[in-house]
Amino acid sequence: MEQGKIIRVAGPLVVASGCLGAKMYDMVKIGALGLIGEIIELREDHAFIQVYEDTTGIGPDEPVYLTGQPLSVELGPGLVSSIYDGIQRPLDIIREKEGDFVTRGIEVPALDRKKKWEFLPMVEKGQSVQTGDILGEIEETPLIKHKIMVPTGSEGEIVEVKKGKLSVEETVAKIQTEDRILEIKMFQTWSIRKNREVRERLMPVDPLTTGQRVLDTLFPLAKGGTACIPGPFGSGKTVVQHQLAKWSDAQIIVFVACGERGNEVADLLLSFPELIDPHTGRPLLERTIIIANTSNMPVAAREASIYTGMTIAEYFRDMGYSVALMADSSSRWAEALREISGRMEEMPGEEGYPAYLASRIAEFYERAGNVICLGSEGRKGALSVIGAVSPPGGDLSDPVVQSTLKVVKVFWALDDRLANMRHFPAINWLLSYSLYTENIKGFWKDQVAEDFADLRQTAMQLLEEESELQEIARLVGVESLAVRERLVLESARSIREDFLHQNAFHPQDTYTSLRKQYLMLRTIIHFHNSAIQALEDGVSLEEIQVLEVREQISKMKFLPEEDTELLEVYIQIDKTFKNILKAKE
Amino acid sequence: MYKEYLTVSNIVGPLVIVEKIRDVKYGELVEIETGDGLLRRGTVLDISTERAVVQVFEGTMGLDVDKSRVRFLGRSQQLGVSEEIIGRIFDGSGKPKDRGPQIIADKMLDITGEPINPQARDYPSEFIQTGISSIDGMNPLVRGQKLPLFSGSGLPHPRIAAQIARQAAVLGKEERFAVVFAGMGITFEEANFFIEDFRNTGALERAVLFLNLANEPPIERIATPRLALTCAEYLAFELDMHVLVVLVDMTFYAEALREISAARKEIPGRRGYPGYLYTDLASMYERAGRIKGKKGSITMIPILTMPEDDKTHPIADLTGYITEGQIMLSRELHRKGIYPPIDVLPSLSRLKDKGIGEEKTRSDHADVLNQLFACYARGKEARELALILGEAALSDIDRIYLQFADRYEDEFVRQGEFESRSILETLDLGWKLLRFIPRAELKRIRPEYLEKYYLEGK
Repeated sequence: MEQGKIIRVAGPLVVASGCLGAKMYDMVKIGALGLIGEIIELREDHAFIQVYEDTTGIGPDEPVYLTGQPLSVELGPGLVSSIYDGIQRPLDIIREKEGDFVTRGIEVPALDRKKKWEFLPMVEKGQSVQTGDILGEIEETPLIKHKIMVPTGSEGEIVEVKKGKLSVEETVAKIQTEDRILEIKMFQTWSIRKNREVRERLMPVDPLTTGQRVLDTLFPLAKGGTACIPGPFGSGKTVVQHQLAKWSDAQIIVFVACGERGNEVADLLLSFPELIDPHTGRPLLERTIIIANTSNMPVAAREASIYTGMTIAEYFRDMGYSVALMADSSSRWAEALREISGRMEEMPGEEGYPAYLASRIAEFYERAGNVICLGSEGRKGALSVIGAVSPPGGDLSDPVVQSTLKVVKVFWALDDRLANMRHFPAINWLLSYSLYTENIKGFWKDQVAEDFADLRQTAMQLLEEESELQEIARLVGVESLAVRERLVLESARSIREDFLHQNAFHPQDTYTSLRKQYLMLRTIIHFHNSAIQALEDGVSLEEIQVLEVREQISKMKFLPEEDTELLEVYIQIDKTFKNILKAKE
Repeated sequence: MYKEYLTVSNIVGPLVIVEKIRDVKYGELVEIETGDGLLRRGTVLDISTERAVVQVFEGTMGLDVDKSRVRFLGRSQQLGVSEEIIGRIFDGSGKPKDRGPQIIADKMLDITGEPINPQARDYPSEFIQTGISSIDGMNPLVRGQKLPLFSGSGLPHPRIAAQIARQAAVLGKEERFAVVFAGMGITFEEANFFIEDFRNTGALERAVLFLNLANEPPIERIATPRLALTCAEYLAFELDMHVLVVLVDMTFYAEALREISAARKEIPGRRGYPGYLYTDLASMYERAGRIKGKKGSITMIPILTMPEDDKTHPIADLTGYITEGQIMLSRELHRKGIYPPIDVLPSLSRLKDKGIGEEKTRSDHADVLNQLFACYARGKEARELALILGEAALSDIDRIYLQFADRYEDEFVRQGEFESRSILETLDLGWKLLRFIPRAELKRIRPEYLEKYYLEGK
């Protein structure tokens, strides 16, 4: 292995001389401990290296080993249900080997080399294959069939294919290419900074159902789309991210805990094996991969962690799965970028962030998409990306927020004021938006109900009107508003409290299917329309305010999905109003 | 023997630059002997083949370019620990300050510590009763949590911190318990307040104090909390004790960090604080927690004074992003004479959900908590409205909420400095106040609890 020599150490940045021939973004190993680093700048024979581990005790004249390989991840069976650090070292194995604290210079393969997997071939000898074609399947978990694909640049004719129990390093097939015979193993490596290719990109048209009413109904995300959740601390970013990881109907979830709290990761690790996916009835962990680089773990590995997560997510997308990647939080990633940039004494852009911040963010989100995967069968896959952003002081003019908003299509604005009122999820309905609503109207019409989009529109209008009326009420008092307007305030409050407010810790309320969301919203709007009619018929607002059926509406969210009362409330509303009118006569 | 260098070239603020060095490592501990034989200690911040940048803990006053002798000690800063450490008072760099003997160390521990493997963490779920209603009832603390007090100049955060340290207990358990206290840049009076309070209540016997006072070198402050946390880790994970760590005042700590950053001419982030402030704070805060299979725990209460009571100030802001919630103090309540002036609405405890409920506190706790929040928020809105329009303009229901908010502050939040309320007392007090609100309004409470508690005593 070629070797350079350290000439400077400053925190996570190491400079080495004698590195002629090294390439940008090549991985290197540093010093006797073999700390892992990556080359991020080259000046003549000097290499600037960001080190993914603490550099205490490293000094000049120590060797730097050049591997000649870019920083890569291993892609193959054994990924699902794993928890990795930012550069794909399995944290459970590290714990077994090194104890409760993460020490340095540990080398552990990402995928278990010993474990045998039952490989079921899907191709035959003599068949010709192209990149992305499926050679065979492995049941990785009861939920996930792991597809072994032909790696890039291995087109040709199958000369041999195996069957049965194999470990990841064993050859599963041999392919005769133009000039030689390639041995295909069960796993492949891929540079984390390079997109995995696709055949074609498509427009996202199906919603990613999350079971969160404010998201699914008001600001839906499409499968293959991008969303961001910026908000000040304490506004519930992480709870929303966890809820998405738990309940969204993606087949694979990659959760990147980037520079966040250790206890939150512990929460994921302890709750995911027990939580049951409502779509499949299996533990959520069987479809989840966690990348955890908590805030006290080395800062450079934090920078790498979201790319590690993204590459793994792309790999499963290539198998034809719908994948969702959650990054919590992209601000920590940007700060890591800033820290390294500062140490390299680069000219800073806004707020000390490097000038290339915006382009890096755009590149990252652009790796999402609804696609036709490589391979002759034309599988469809989707990769949705949801990034949390933690702007300082919740200030949305922060460069990370602004650069993110330029590229993402869904904006879920968390609001401190709502969080203080314990209205969760604290997503502000006036500021947030989704640019996918038009795309997925077709899906709603076919799969939910004809009038769902209209009901949604009505609800949005009521909320909009409420905010205007509240302004006026603040100036002149509620009493001076017209009765119709006061009813609008009441109905909007009902939408807020009975529909948008959702308790993540209540067993029924935590997840609501689209059907139930539709029924709830329909009932609330029906009450509003009936009340408007009743006002015209001479019923007073006070009479409407005390109707008992309103309590039934507010309890709908706690009812089980299949409860028939969900339908009965609607009929009950009709009866109630009929009775009032009858009493009047 | 260590090699001595007489090659100091520049002294800038807290930094000393040493030339022509060999075999020096990043993060290494350094000893500098001044011309008159005084010893200073420091650590290597940046190292290249030609020179090392050394940050001097005790400040550079009295150092000269000519006569200073520099020795590199080949290791990073360490703390000697043994069981004897309990009950002792140290200065900000770990030397005994109580006229007691040196600690005979069982173990030397590196003060930077190593990150806990997230896989090894156990989720904090044991409720700690602090006896303060606005914390226990509204933003409960659990073992292994880091919950800062966001305060401002002149607010009684030392009294609250002392009250928590005095009263904190886990329900139905008698276990080994210790308090580790780190004071960074606090005044003699503040430090003395804590020492006296600990002494009077007998807490001093199970406390370890590390004190860096306001007139002591600011650079030393960088090490003080790390010494305290290293000590806490030893007590918690090797001696199986439950440790409460109080760090006062993180604002002074961050300012010291800024001072070094400025001296190194680094590109500043917000308000002149270095871009790595988040990472640096996290490297301390994240040392709180529980580890699977270990009996002890580290619960942390960092205290910071927000400049101009501004919670978007980088120190408060970044702290809030790392810690699991915050307890916010309010100048308005303080002015009204309410102790403890805890502003419950912007306060938050992120780990509360697994620490409360059946078998931990009481099954209705979560609902009561949410309902009290909602009612108090509405009451405060009504109060604002009444300020603009006059109380007469409020609707009947808003007037009820307004009264609720007043009584809530007066009866629920307000309590004595030596009054410890059990969690059941706190919850009953909550119900007593909720009974002012018409039952149909209490939407956050499940019907079965309304049935059980709403009518009780009415």
